[in-house]
Amino acid sequence: MLIGKPPDIPSSEITPQNVYREYLDRRRFIKTAAAAGAAALTADLIAPRAAFADTGLKTVPSPLSTTGEQLTSLQDITHYNNFYEFGVDKSDPAKNASGLPTRPWSISVEGKVAKPLTFDIDQLLKLRPLEDRVYRHRCVEAWSMVIPWVGYSLSELIKLCNPQPSAKFVQFVSYFSSKVEKWSGESQIFWPYAEGLRMDEAMNPLTLLAFGLYEDVLPNQDGAPVRLVVPWKYGFKSAKSIVKIRFVDKMPDTTWSAMAPSEYGFYSNVNPNVDHPRWSQKRERRIGLPFYDQWRTTLMFNGYSDQVASMYSGMDLKKFF
Amino acid sequence: MSRKTIIIFKTLTWIACLAPAAWLTWGAITNNLGPDPTAKLAFATGLATLRLLAITLAISPVRKLIPRLAWLIRFRRLLGLFAFFYATLHMLTWVALYSGFDVHAMLIDVTRRRFIMAGAAAYLLLLPLALTSTNWAIRKLGGRNWNLLHKLIYLAAICGVVHYWWQVKTGVLKPLDMTIVFAVLLLARPVIALAQGRKTRSAAA
Repeated sequence: MLIGKPPDIPSSEITPQNVYREYLDRRRFIKTAAAAGAAALTADLIAPRAAFADTGLKTVPSPLSTTGEQLTSLQDITHYNNFYEFGVDKSDPAKNASGLPTRPWSISVEGKVAKPLTFDIDQLLKLRPLEDRVYRHRCVEAWSMVIPWVGYSLSELIKLCNPQPSAKFVQFVSYFSSKVEKWSGESQIFWPYAEGLRMDEAMNPLTLLAFGLYEDVLPNQDGAPVRLVVPWKYGFKSAKSIVKIRFVDKMPDTTWSAMAPSEYGFYSNVNPNVDHPRWSQKRERRIGLPFYDQWRTTLMFNGYSDQVASMYSGMDLKKFF
Repeated sequence: MSRKTIIIFKTLTWIACLAPAAWLTWGAITNNLGPDPTAKLAFATGLATLRLLAITLAISPVRKLIPRLAWLIRFRRLLGLFAFFYATLHMLTWVALYSGFDVHAMLIDVTRRRFIMAGAAAYLLLLPLALTSTNWAIRKLGGRNWNLLHKLIYLAAICGVVHYWWQVKTGVLKPLDMTIVFAVLLLARPVIALAQGRKTRSAAA
């Protein structure tokens, strides 16, 4: 069946939470075992501490995690990326992003705040317990994934920034270096990549500051070491590899909206009723499934209406797309 | 060029031209077309169309520049028909996969989305060329009319390249390579005609 496929998927396809937990436990065990094996083999060569270095993240479950969806494979999540600084093909970032210098890394906070701040990445990782949050991820190009992110609500960080009452929007600026990101010239985008949210959107508990996926640190091509995840908006709103957070009083410039204002709005909420000028947004292709089984019906706010719709009540979403 | 060599070359051409379709079919059956098989099928068939169209368009200028390769003309129809074959598959990915055979959705696409419009135009321009590719049609039309009709391939190629540009995101320059190839192939024609006209004139003088 090619169209009108309901979003509900057969129960056989669902990864129940306990299976997912088992998967994670199994990964933890394998990682520990592998580290132990490596230590046994190389004990004479390297310091034990290095041998036991574990890149995995300690996480806790979250009530905000999406249930009833089959997770997209780690392979697809890490080999099908839009990260134009590393090339315009979906397979480019996996090949080219290894040079992204994820340590040392810090996020500077500026603009309408009590005082400018800088957060080191290791400080950010310890700020709050890291949660497992499965979210649907809907790209504006009409494909989608289901990704088990790791992180905590952005609001936790914003509270520490003490924004002034005049701060109405938040801008997020991504890392940019034409030396590291030699492929950034493949498109005519003005770098660095910048995205933005309205203050209430940024404070919504669903808005995630993500540090990892599949209970491990973010692979470079997925926006290491820290990125935004806004699950009810098209994927490009979720800025990767963030180096700067700026609190501002006016709607900030955002990369794609500046590139093509008629195609990408500031809000860019997932909305099956507002077509992209070049394609319908009514349906989406789920990544990693056979071609005859990919299509899903796109849900309003990507299925997160309960948590976010009230922020837009009274707004004409056709106008503010 | 002996008959035997032609047969060998034609066989090789068939194999080369069918290879992308075979590879895609195998990939579809074994679910091995990458993370987004639907997009892969659409992109790969579109790219094969443009490549075959470019090779088809290269034959005339090449044989004019290198008279030794005049025999290439015997491959032009085959290559052109394979370009049409992939154009058909490409169009079918839109009809079957992207539109789910929904006529209403297709009408909206064709009337509202300019990249679909350009793609549909390119296909409709190729259609009469494919239909008049038989020896019988050439005789029936007469060489002059047939040649005139088949100049539509230039327009189809331009529509195809425009379709590609309008499909990619603003600021993405991926279609540039293909655009340069087609620009060279189309500009080569008046340039060669001009150069050879001058040569003939100076020889006559």
